Amino acid sequence: MPQFTDTLPQEKTSAPIAKEIVELSGSQAVMQAFLAEDVETIFGYPGGAIMPIYDALYDFTDKMEHILVRHEQGAIHAAQGYARTSGKTGVVFATSGPGATNLVTGLADAIIDSTPVVCITGQVFAHLLGTDAFQEVDIINITTPVTKWNYQVTDASEIPGVLAKAFFIAASGRPGPVLIDITKNAQIQKFNFEGYKKCDFIRSYRPKPLIRKSNIEQAAALINAAEKPFVLFGQGVILGKAETEFKKFIEKGGLPAAWTILGLSALPTDHPLNVGMLGMHGNYGPNVLTNECDVLIAVGMRFDDRVTGRLDKYAKQAKIIHLDIDPAEIDKNVKATIGVWGDCKETLPLLTELLQQKKYPQWLDRFTQHKTQEEETCIFPEFNPATEEISMGEVINTLNDLTKGDAVIVTDVGQHQMVACRYAKFTQSKSNITSGGAGTMGFALPAAIGAKYGAPQRTVIAIIGDGGFQMTIQELGTIMQTKLDVKILILNNRFLGMVRQWQELFHEKRYSFVDITSPDFVQVAKGYYIDGKSVSEREKLKDALQEMLDHKGPYLLEVMVGKENNVFPMVAQGTSVAEIRLK
Amino acid sequence: MKDENKINALVNSAIAPSGRQEYTITVYTENQIGLLNRIAIIFSRRKINIDSFNSSPSELEGIHRFTIVINEMEEVVRKLVRQIEKQVEVLKAYFNTGDELVWQELALYKVPTDAITEKVKVERLLREYGARVVAIRKDFTVFETTGHREETDALVKVLEPYGLIEFVRSARIAIIKTSAGFHEKLKEFEAMAPGTEVIENTYLDKNEEVFSM
Ligand SMILES: Cc1ncc(C[n+]2csc(CCOP(=O)(O)OP(=O)(O)O)c2C)c(N)n1
Repeated sequence: MPQFTDTLPQEKTSAPIAKEIVELSGSQAVMQAFLAEDVETIFGYPGGAIMPIYDALYDFTDKMEHILVRHEQGAIHAAQGYARTSGKTGVVFATSGPGATNLVTGLADAIIDSTPVVCITGQVFAHLLGTDAFQEVDIINITTPVTKWNYQVTDASEIPGVLAKAFFIAASGRPGPVLIDITKNAQIQKFNFEGYKKCDFIRSYRPKPLIRKSNIEQAAALINAAEKPFVLFGQGVILGKAETEFKKFIEKGGLPAAWTILGLSALPTDHPLNVGMLGMHGNYGPNVLTNECDVLIAVGMRFDDRVTGRLDKYAKQAKIIHLDIDPAEIDKNVKATIGVWGDCKETLPLLTELLQQKKYPQWLDRFTQHKTQEEETCIFPEFNPATEEISMGEVINTLNDLTKGDAVIVTDVGQHQMVACRYAKFTQSKSNITSGGAGTMGFALPAAIGAKYGAPQRTVIAIIGDGGFQMTIQELGTIMQTKLDVKILILNNRFLGMVRQWQELFHEKRYSFVDITSPDFVQVAKGYYIDGKSVSEREKLKDALQEMLDHKGPYLLEVMVGKENNVFPMVAQGTSVAEIRLK
Repeated sequence: MKDENKINALVNSAIAPSGRQEYTITVYTENQIGLLNRIAIIFSRRKINIDSFNSSPSELEGIHRFTIVINEMEEVVRKLVRQIEKQVEVLKAYFNTGDELVWQELALYKVPTDAITEKVKVERLLREYGARVVAIRKDFTVFETTGHREETDALVKVLEPYGLIEFVRSARIAIIKTSAGFHEKLKEFEAMAPGTEVIENTYLDKNEEVFSM
C-alpha cells in the first residue's frame, strides 16, 4: 500500500472569522456562513463554475473538512448519510452543468426521505444565463420538484441572507434538501459583509403547525377507549429527536408499536412493545393485525404504498390517529379520524399525559402468535438453510451476534436491504440508514462514507448487493483517499435479486436482464488499496465477519449467497396487508 | 401468480371522473422568481389540467396573488391546496366553489368593421351583451366584455357568423365573498415570529380561522 502524500501544503494560515463589517467576496461570505452554521464536513467535487468557492475554502481547511468524492451523486448520498447519523445538515459542493445534474438523484432521495441537505452549486456568470454557455444548465428549474427550497444567487450581497434561509429551511419542520445556485460573478464579487445572522423565521413558512389541544384530547380519548390499539412509527420520531418521548408514550399506554424502515432503530429492537416491521416485506403480525386493530396511531410516518399495500383494504375497521409535522401528509393517503398536527416531540408528551396507564396482554398475544408462525415458516429456514448456500438472513443474524446491535447499518436497495432491515438488531437510534422512499440503488456506499463522518466513533457497515455496489463503486476511491474506516459487506447472489424475485413470482420466471456479472470485488478493492475477502462456506462466515470488524481501516467482505432465494413474507403489489404471504 | 384483474382494478380505481366540479384556488405568496413554476408543477406532476391561471400583485405590497381554476373533486383540491401551502414562500392558499366567489373574466373580440356598420343586428348584439368598444379601425373593431365564462362564450357564438376575426379571454380573477382581506392574516403571520416572551397560544380555540383550508 503506497504512502498517501498529504495533498495540503505545510504552511497555511487560516483566514480570520469576520466580526465587523469587512469587504468580502461572495465565496468568502459562504465560508463565514459555514462557520456560523457549524459546518464541519463538506462533500464535494470542484469544477470551473465553483472554483472561487473552492479557492475560499482553501483558507479554511483547518476549520472544516472537505471530502473529495468521485461523483457528485456520491457527494449528496454521503451528505445524506452524514445527516442521518449526526442529526446535522449535510453540505454539498458541485460545479455547474453536469456537476449539478449529478445531484438530482440524491435530491429526489433526500426530499422523499426528509433529509436535511444544503447543496451549493456553481453557475455560469449572470450575464451568460440563458445563452447556452459552457456548462450552463437550468438547475433551479430542474431541481424545483425535488427540493424543499432552491434559489439562484446572482449578487454577492444576497449570500449571507440566502444561506441563513437555506440552513433554516433544510433543518426545520419536516427537513429536506435545499439547493443554492451561485453564479460565478457573485462568488467573485466583493461586498460589505455585515456579519452573518442565523435565520429562525420566515413569515411565509411555518415549519411546525400549531398544536390543537382539542385534537390531542380527542386522540387520547380514542386511545383510552381502545381494546386493540396499534402504533406505527416512522422517521418522524428520529427527525423530531423524540425517541424518549415516543418510548414513554407507548410504555404508558401499553401500546404495541411497529416501524417503517425509516423509523427503524428509533426504538430498540428488543423492546417488549416493538412488534416489528411494517410493509411489503415486513413482519407477519404487524401487517395482518393492521387490519384487526381498533385504533391505529401513526406517528411521523406517511403511509407509503409499500407500507399500506392496497389502500381500499387498509385498516378499514380502525379509527385512525395520525401525528405529523407536515399537514399535507394528514389525509393524503389514509383518511385520519383525528389528525394531530405538530412536532411529535411536543405532541407525544401532551398525548402521553392524557393516557391511562394500560396493558393489553391478550392483544399482545396476537402479535406473539403471528410471530411464532412467521418464525416457523420464514425465519427459522432463513437462519438455518437446508442447502449449502448461505442465506442473506444468516449473514445478518451472525453479524448481530458480533455487533450486539451497536453498529450503524447502511443498506442499498433490493433483497439484501429488506433482509437487513428485517433482521438487523439495533440498540440505539439513527443507526439504520437506507434509501426508503426513492429506493435508490447506489445509495449505500457513499451514504456509509457520510454516516461514518457523522458518527466517527461508531462501527459503520454498508450492506450492499452485487448490483447496487456497481452503481457507485467509484466511491471506493473516496474511501482509499480518506482511509475511512467503513466496512463493506457485499451480499452477492449474482442476480439483480429483488427484480428476479418479482420475475419469479409474477412473470413466470422470465428472467429478463437480471443476470448480472460482477468483477472480482476483492481484487477491485485491492486495486484501491482496500483489504478484503470473499467467503462462500458457512463454516467460515462468522470468522470472516469478525475479521472484517476487527480490521483496522476500511474492509470489503463479499459473501456469496444463495442465487435464487426469495424474501418472505411478502405483501404482493395490489393486495391487502392482510393477504401477506409467508411463502 | 399473474394477476391481471388486480392490476386492472388498480389502474381503473385511479381514474374516477365523477364528482368533479370547478374550484377556484387563491394563493397568497411572497413575490419570488421561480415560485410560479413551483406552484404550476404541483398540478402538472399530478396530471391535472389548469383551466385558468392568473398571477398579479395583491392589495398588499410585496405579496402576490395567484388565482387558479381547475375542475376536480373536492378531496383532490384539498390535497393540492395543502401541497401548495407547504411551499416555503406561500403564505396561504384557499379553495372555493363559484358560488362563494365574485369572479370575472375579461374577453376581447375583433370583428370586421363592415359587419358592424352594415349589419344593425351586430350592433344590437354587442349592446345586449354589454360590449364596449376598445379600438376602431377602418378594417376592424375591437370590443371588450367582462363576465362569466358562459357569457363571453355566448357572445363568441353569436358573433361567429359575422366573421369574428380574433378572440381572447383573460384568466379568471376572483374575490372570496367572506374574506376580510389579507391584511389581518398577514399580521398574524408576522406575529408568529419567535420572540423572547412566552405567549399563550391564542389560536387553540380558533381552529377554523387558523386552519381554514
Ligand atoms: C437506480 C435504480 N435502478 C433500478 C432499480 C430497480 N431495482 C430495485 S432492486 C433491484 C435489484 C438490486 O439488485 P442487487 O443490488 O444485486 O441487490 P439484491 O436485490 O440482489 O439484494 C433493482 C434493479 C433501483 N431501485 N434503483
